[in-house]
Amino acid sequence: MEAINNLISGGAVQDVLFYVFAALTLLCGVLVIANPFSRSPVTSAMFLVLTIISMAGLFVLLHAFFLAAVQIIVYAGAVMVLFLFVIMLLDLKVEQRRKIKVFGFFAGIIAVGGIVSILVKSLATAGDGVAEPTIEGGTYALGKLLFTQYTLPFEIVSVLLLVAMIGVILLSKKKLE
Amino acid sequence: MHVGLHHYLFVSFMLFSLGLFGVILRRNLLVIYMSLELMLNAANLALVSFSRFNNKLDGQVLVFFIITVAAAEVSVGLALIVALYRKRQSAHVEDLTSMKL
Repeated sequence: MEAINNLISGGAVQDVLFYVFAALTLLCGVLVIANPFSRSPVTSAMFLVLTIISMAGLFVLLHAFFLAAVQIIVYAGAVMVLFLFVIMLLDLKVEQRRKIKVFGFFAGIIAVGGIVSILVKSLATAGDGVAEPTIEGGTYALGKLLFTQYTLPFEIVSVLLLVAMIGVILLSKKKLE
Repeated sequence: MHVGLHHYLFVSFMLFSLGLFGVILRRNLLVIYMSLELMLNAANLALVSFSRFNNKLDGQVLVFFIITVAAAEVSVGLALIVALYRKRQSAHVEDLTSMKL
């Protein structure tokens, strides 16, 4: 931890790492939704794993060490394995290239362009936050907050997980009654 | 130029737009679902960077909850997709346009 801290608190190194991880995240994100070489959902899932891992790198740069670990273990580990299991289970045929509907494409461009313009405009008027951030998102600090101030949401989330589990078991029974 | 809050927010916005574009453009149910995950992750990144640059840990706790809820959501959604595939033998949104099973 100390070595990582020393490495990433050097300003120039940190900036370069940010640009590397940001470029990786966005590049892999593009390849998830529009891969020119393959239309297979497996390729998309693999690039989603890469996106999530490079995003964990961004989390480390933001000193959110615990969340970076959780991101890799839960997202890149559990969730993506679940995705791949389902892809294998569905046994999808090689997808023939369907024609992209021109209307849908342009509607998508307009919708996304609208959202991007709103976001960029809000970015231009946003404040900078504090100049010298000091917080550390380590296990100790996060756990302390989680079990004092956020105990009730924590318990509710455990109930939510139970509900999701029961729901999945019901949904995947052969006969839906 | 020093990397600050704006840089992280820009990456987050771009990622969110990519996810939205994927949801609108792609026709495969599973890929649409992955694009949704991309959008959730973009929101997570924005929350973590807000938390960092406001010196408050609450944003990171929220991200912790979002990851939990996303895991539950993925399991339920994928179970629904599998159930739908059993009925219709297809994971394409264009083949799944009628409301009746």
